[in-house]
Amino acid sequence: MKALAAAAVAFALLIALALLAPQWLVFMAMLALAKGVVVLGLVVLMRTGLVSFGQGLYFGIGAYAAALLSHQWHIADAAVMLLAAAAAGGLLAALLGLLLARYRDIFFAMLSLALSMILYGLLVKSAALGSTDGFNLHARTFFGIAFASGMERRVFLIAGSACAVVAALMVHRLLDGHWGRLASAVRDNELRVSYLGASPYRVVYFNYLIAGTLAGLGGALAALAVGHVDPETTYWTTSGEFVFIAILGGTQSIMAPFVAAAIFETLRTIASQYAPNVWQMSLGLAMLAIIMFQPAGLWSLAERWRRSA
Amino acid sequence: MNAVLTAEGLKKSFGAVTAAANISLAFDADTVVSLIGANGAGKTTFLNMVTGYLKPDSGRVVFDRRNIVGLSPRQITKLGVSRSFQVPQLFQTLNVRDNLLIAESIAGANDPQAATDAALARFALKPYAHQQAGLLPEGIRKLLDVAMALSSRSKLLLLDEPTSGVSADEKFAIMDVVMGAAREAGVTVIFVEHDMDIVGRFAGRVVAFYDGGIIADGTPDTVLRADSVRRYVIGDEVPHAAA
Repeated sequence: MKALAAAAVAFALLIALALLAPQWLVFMAMLALAKGVVVLGLVVLMRTGLVSFGQGLYFGIGAYAAALLSHQWHIADAAVMLLAAAAAGGLLAALLGLLLARYRDIFFAMLSLALSMILYGLLVKSAALGSTDGFNLHARTFFGIAFASGMERRVFLIAGSACAVVAALMVHRLLDGHWGRLASAVRDNELRVSYLGASPYRVVYFNYLIAGTLAGLGGALAALAVGHVDPETTYWTTSGEFVFIAILGGTQSIMAPFVAAAIFETLRTIASQYAPNVWQMSLGLAMLAIIMFQPAGLWSLAERWRRSA
Repeated sequence: MNAVLTAEGLKKSFGAVTAAANISLAFDADTVVSLIGANGAGKTTFLNMVTGYLKPDSGRVVFDRRNIVGLSPRQITKLGVSRSFQVPQLFQTLNVRDNLLIAESIAGANDPQAATDAALARFALKPYAHQQAGLLPEGIRKLLDVAMALSSRSKLLLLDEPTSGVSADEKFAIMDVVMGAAREAGVTVIFVEHDMDIVGRFAGRVVAFYDGGIIADGTPDTVLRADSVRRYVIGDEVPHAAA
């Protein structure tokens, strides 16, 4: 019930933001939301003790799936794009997960990174998809309803908020019950999990599937915000950003990815505004500070505050 | 008596070392059997072959009238073979209650929460319910390991050195709890043990391993007195003339 109330409040705030905020803030909020959804998937995967350094693969697949719908088939409905992107991410994860779910630790991380870089290589080389420049996408309707120009992004933000809230609630329900405990059990001791009669492989596989689906959805949200896709979406620095945000927020709460993504976007915007030549260094210093002083992520501050209150 | 578990001609070697040389054993339902033997005699190898962790080079393991050689530990566990480990295999970062809750949920208990509470009571683990498993004293870790193994679907419980690493005065208390719970659950117990006082007190039958083979099999009284067992397992000085 508490989660439902929190979700309702968050959704209401996002709608208010979408309707009242200036365009630049709506744009930033959408990017933060898109990344938050991807990181939410990453957090699910991290429950099993695995970090993927290649979520850019699914982020890129989602973005390109949405853009291809517009570019190749002239489908301009944002809802179709979001669904297709999530499905594309999920399908690819279902396939690659068969292989990846066998690996652990650094091998899992590196293999996921390698797979994302393969897609990057393919996209850079493919002239039909605009090579390094990418191409534009145009979404003009949402569930068949056309909207006035200037309103697109606001509607997309509301749609994205709905997707994010629903995804967050589903993940919350999943992790709060047996599945969440089972994922922690796999992280702690796979031998024992097998000797209790459950399959660690299956747990990792399904969590990878969830992470891939959410990253696909996030990719489409980002593509809708920017109106353009390019191979950078699958590059390892993009994947690294997701891991950065996950560490920034911590893995204890499903709210943490979204709060951390918002902080990350704000930090990056401020840094590139006031220190355009060293903005990466600013982010690096922020990461250093988190690891040294708040290794469980920023969310642990909120937890501590709540406990002392 | 019908056998719960039957091993027929099990063979396993690691290079030049023979860990199991043609082992045939049958275990009757509702009995408590102890496997004894020096380190490297093949006791744990036997448990590992029964639970699917190792595949025997040849031979059959029949559980519940079904050959289980080639099945994975997970599949064998699902059939009702549970095991504990010499080094307790716990979920270190979770608390005791969650450890048991995961075990009962996987085992498919109708009401995992109630089953967990029952297990906490049965194994005298209630005072530790909210402590993190990784920080428990060894004796409690041993108990938790057995408690996780013994779920609602267990028919056969295999214990690998349930009292190793535990202080001498705790051993009997732990075994009392474990055996009481096993009796209550109505499972057959096979346990590997080095402490002959524990063996004599809790086992109804003793099987002595030496060099991958079985050198004695019978009641504790006869097996523990046999010269070969005293010489090769217990390490007594047995005059050759008397042997």
